[in-house]
This record gives sequence, C-alpha cells and structure tokens, in this order.
Amino acid sequence: VKKLVLALLGTVLLIAAAVVYTVSARHGTAAAEPAAQLTLSPGQLLFRDTATGRVGTLSQEKRQLSGLKCDRFAVAKQTAVCLAVRPGTLPAVTDVLVLDDHLAVRHTEALPGTPSRARVSPDGKRVYWTLFVTGDSYSQTGFSTRAGLYEVDTGRLVKTIEELPVFVDGRRYFAADVNYWGITFAPDGNRFYATLGSKGKTYLVEADYQRYRGKTLRENVECPSLSPDATRIAFKKKTGEGVWRLSVLDLKTMQETELAEQRSVDDQALWQDDHTVLYGLDNAVWAVPADGSGAPRELARNAASPAVTG
Amino acid sequence: MYIAASRTSDLAAGTDRKPALKRVSANVVALGMVSLVTDVSSEMVTAVLPLYLVLGLGLNPLQFGLLDGLYAGATALVRVAGGHLADRWRRLKAVAGFGYGLSAVCKLGLVAAGSSVAAIGVVLAADRTGKGLRTAPRDALISLSSTPDALGRSFGVHRALDTVGAFLGPLVAMAVLALSLGSYTSVFFTSFCVAAIAVLLLALFVKDHPGGVDRAAVSLRMTANLLKQSGFRRVTLWAAVLGLVTVGDSFVYLVLQRRWEIAATFFPLLPLGTAGVYLVLAVPLGKLADRVGRWPVFLGGHGALCLALVLLCGPQAGIWLAVVALGLHGVFYAATDGVLMAAAGPLIPRDLRATGMAVVQTGQAVARMLSSVLFGLAWTLWDLRPAVLAAAACLALVALAAAYAKPVRP
Repeated sequence: VKKLVLALLGTVLLIAAAVVYTVSARHGTAAAEPAAQLTLSPGQLLFRDTATGRVGTLSQEKRQLSGLKCDRFAVAKQTAVCLAVRPGTLPAVTDVLVLDDHLAVRHTEALPGTPSRARVSPDGKRVYWTLFVTGDSYSQTGFSTRAGLYEVDTGRLVKTIEELPVFVDGRRYFAADVNYWGITFAPDGNRFYATLGSKGKTYLVEADYQRYRGKTLRENVECPSLSPDATRIAFKKKTGEGVWRLSVLDLKTMQETELAEQRSVDDQALWQDDHTVLYGLDNAVWAVPADGSGAPRELARNAASPAVTG
Repeated sequence: MYIAASRTSDLAAGTDRKPALKRVSANVVALGMVSLVTDVSSEMVTAVLPLYLVLGLGLNPLQFGLLDGLYAGATALVRVAGGHLADRWRRLKAVAGFGYGLSAVCKLGLVAAGSSVAAIGVVLAADRTGKGLRTAPRDALISLSSTPDALGRSFGVHRALDTVGAFLGPLVAMAVLALSLGSYTSVFFTSFCVAAIAVLLLALFVKDHPGGVDRAAVSLRMTANLLKQSGFRRVTLWAAVLGLVTVGDSFVYLVLQRRWEIAATFFPLLPLGTAGVYLVLAVPLGKLADRVGRWPVFLGGHGALCLALVLLCGPQAGIWLAVVALGLHGVFYAATDGVLMAAAGPLIPRDLRATGMAVVQTGQAVARMLSSVLFGLAWTLWDLRPAVLAAAACLALVALAAAYAKPVRP
C-alpha cells in the first residue's frame, strides 16, 4: 500500500511538472508584438525572422515583422508563397499558402512533409516547393524529398514531379528511388530546372513544362537557381559528405565558377539581380557577387529564406 | 552453484512437472508496465526528433540518417556488456534500472543541448547506450520470474504491454505539440517526466533475482564457455542466420508503399498496422509456443514473413493483399520477438541468463543490420521485385534448414 501511494504521488507530481512546462512554453511561443502590414512593393528584401518565425523586412535599419509565420518564404511579381508546418501534426503536414501582394491568403494546400525549399516563377504564375518526407526511404530515419508545384491561374496542383519522364544521355531513365528537389523556372514560364537524385547520384535536369519531359545536363548540381537573364544557374556543389560549395554554372559555355563564399552553404540560392546571389547561412542572410569575385556580405542577422520583390 | 545449475538443466529438460501458473507473475506484469511507460517516453522523442533536427536546427536529414545507423551498431555491443555486468554483479534490476535512468536523463539532455548538433549527438549516443544496457537484464528478469513452461506467455504479455506504449507515444507527443504550440523542448521535458515515472515503477514494484552464488563465480571465461554449450550455440547461430535473410521493417513498408502507391499521409500508419497485429497476437502466440514448442512457432513466424513478401510481389489489384501482407508482418513479430527469448532462456544457466540473452539478441541484431545493407544493395542492382523474391526464397530455404536442424528440443 505504501508503495502504491508513493508511485501515485510520484506519477502525479511528474505529470504536473510536464503539464506546467508545456503550458508555460505555450505562453513563450504565443507572445507576439503587433504585426506590421507588409506589401510586395518593389525593391524590398523580405526574409523569415528566425526568432519569431514571422516574415519581415528591414526599413531604415529597423526590422518590421508581419503577422505571417512561415518556415520558408518566396516572392515574384504579385505572388508570394509561404510554407508553414502545422503545429502538432505527426507525421508533419505542411501548409502551402499562396499569397497576394498584401500577403493575404489566396489559396492553401496541405501536403505531407516538412518544408525544404519554396519559390515563385519569375512571371508570378506558378509556385513550387520541396518538402522532406519521412519514412519514405529505407533507412528508418531517412528522408526523401518531394517537389511539387501549383499553377496560380488555373488552380492545377502537381503534388510531385517524380513522374516526369527524364532522359539520361539520351536514354529514358527508370529507377525506384527517383527524388526531386529545388525547382527553378525560366522567365518564359515553361522551361524549368531541378535536381534529380537517384542511386547516390545527383543530376541537373532541364525540363519542358508543356511537353512534360526532361533531360539531365550535368552531375553534382543541387538546388539550381536560374539568374533573371536566364543565362546562368547558381547551385550548391557537393564537395564532401554534408559540405556544399556555392557555384554558378554558365549555361552557354557550361563553365562552373566557385563563388567567394568559402563556408558550406545548404540553401537554394536567390538572385537579387543579375550580379548578386543571396542565401541563408548561420542564422543570417548573406550576399555574394555571382562572378566569383569579392567577399560575402551579411545583409540581415537572425534571418533566413531571403526573398526580393521586384 | 551446483544446485542452481542442475535445477536449471532439469527445468530445461522439461522434467519439472509443476502445474502451470494460470497467470503470469506479478514481476513480469511490473516489467511490462515499466516498458510500456518507457516506450511512451522514447516513442515521443522518436516521433519528433527528425522534425526537430531538420526544421528546428536546420540539420541536413541525410546526415542524420547516417548518424542514426552508426548508433544502432554501437548498441549491439553495449547490450552484451550490460548483460555480462548484470550477471557478474548479480544485480539484474540495478543494471536495468541504470539503463532506464540513463535514457531518462538523456531526455533532459536534449533540452540542455539546445541547438548544438555535437551535444545532441552525444546525448543520443548516451540514450542508445541506456537502451542497450537495460534490454538483456530485463529479459533475464522476465525469464527468471516465470516458470519454464509459461515463458512464451510471459514474454507475450511483456511485449504486448511494450507495444501499447509504442502506440501511445506519438499520440502524447502530438498532444504536447498542440498544447505548447509547437514547442519541441516541451516534448523532451514531458518525455523525461514519463521516463522518470517508469524508473519509479521499476524501483518500487520490480523484484530482483539475486541468485544463490557468490560474485566471483561469473567470469568472462564462463561467458565464453556459454558458447561451447551446443544447445545455446545452435540457437544463437540459427537466430543469426535467420536474421541475415530477414527483410527489415522499413523495407517491407517501402515495398508496400511503392507497389500500392499509398499516399504519404498514410505511410506512417503502416507500422501501426504491424504493431496492432503484434499487440493482439503476442500473448496467444506466446501461449501456443508454450504448448507446441517455441522453435516451431519461431520458424512459423518467419514463414509468415516469407508469405508476406511473396504477396507483396503479387498482383497490385487487390488492396486486401496489402492488408493481409501487413497482417502477416505483424504475425512475424508476434511469433518471433518474445518467442526467441522464451526459447533461448531455458538453455542458459540462471547465473548467466542476462549475458546469454544479450548474446542471442546481439547476434540477431547484427545479422539484421547486415541484411539491410545487402537488401538495399540488391534493390539498387536488380530493382524491387527481383530483390524481394530473392529475399523470400533465401528466407524459405534457411527456415526449412532450421526446421530440419531443430536446435531446441521440444
């Protein structure tokens, strides 16, 4: 009887401790300052404030935060996309929010997985993303990626581009473990690039959206990002296990240039203009010249997922 | 020593004709409850850890996968150490308790580690060490707390309770995430509290089996001699060989998903399907093993897995095929996991119970890891169906050979 009382007492105390901790954490995460009204007016650098998870911008060196919480954020023209994990979903479900120029939600898709990449096509007509999906791969804790897109005008949803017929060295490629990540569209809204991962290799795939087929251009190019003039691709090149070097590939000459950022960058680069590339690293947003010259420059602390309006 | 050993061999030979206990001993139920609560705690963390590392800390998921595989290998060795020390010190409960305690403290370690990936790595390693240490002494306690003719039932009850915990863990984690608005540290802290309850239950309600010999009796040499004993050696060997041709869980689910194009949202429900069947059948199959013999049931379980693999290669049309395959996968677990321990238990002298069980488990675990690598390779080289069919054929052959060899006398 004494043991039972002890056990009950201990259990009640421990459960109480857990509940108190959990509820107090709720207040910590819920505490919010008033939100600023942001719009997609040209010439802004938007980013995810990593302390609060909210999308913000710097205006006269002062940080203004919107009420929008995202894990990944991107913009182009009058369209923005926000990927946000739904709290308390296991396995994780991500809300893909398609937003207008006042960051009001136009459309929502709930998809399985956790956010990895998000982009909007230069014409603002398509949004596309990459999600990590757990349990899809054979090491139990392994992840695989799933890249999909949404046509803003027609409302057409492509949950995964895995079915894209793809040709390697002129031959149709088939494999069970095909994985895509990091989509980037050309200004014509039809040509696009993505990373294809299969059997331990990664390829740069160039594809035609209307004809829906693609071919591999090159190996070892991950998370491509097409320059505004559509002549070059910024990407991360694997140089070791979990180490990537930010580089730029000239599509005409197929020449690669390593950029001045020496540290390992695990992000899909973003072109600020035809000469500068932005990326998130070590809890900050950085800029580096796209021709391999110069040095990286910090644009914002406690920030990730840069987006440039134009 | 002489008395203990001779009694054990008598029991093993089945000459002890005491009436079977109608119910399993209170100690087994207590150990089952400890496992249930511990599994709630550990499955909570398992469920959120990938999310936490990738979203919260921005770790690359592929790196995490590599890290995880490494730890799985390390626990295999810790397990033998845990078993040996428990036997040597004659303190099964203390060593198991240390293992449970270490894992509990590690949950706080996750809170303390913050965003340091190196610190998280260390904490995870310590957590797995705790798991490795406690497994063999706990299974030894279960076997020592049961009469030999009810071993299958005892392990069945324990594994069923354990699986209930695995069911509840993710649900509790979800509730905590919802209540705390997505705070991962709340999940870790709650997980610690739950694990601490389990340690409390262990301390209060589980009885140790001190045995009748002095400490010096259990030496490394005796452990080595254990493998010279033919019955034990053959069970260890056959369990390992069968492990080598067993297709891992995650592969089974992956094949299911690939062939039936199960939506990713439902994918995580597949292991729950297996666990559900396991939960329901653990006790009945344990009892069956006590009646008709543990080795036939153990091999029957492998037969079920083999059948499941063949079904997985069959026509895609019927979704019921997938359901049956999943059910058979659950049967495989219910007929093998606890039953192997029940089969091996009587072959090991009481003083070396924890060590012996650790050796059997480690042999099987290492073989299964190797099989994962091999199957992954076959998949990549030959594609899905040929790989699965080849695995099923190997499994059938080895199971037949094992049936012929009969390493455990009924």
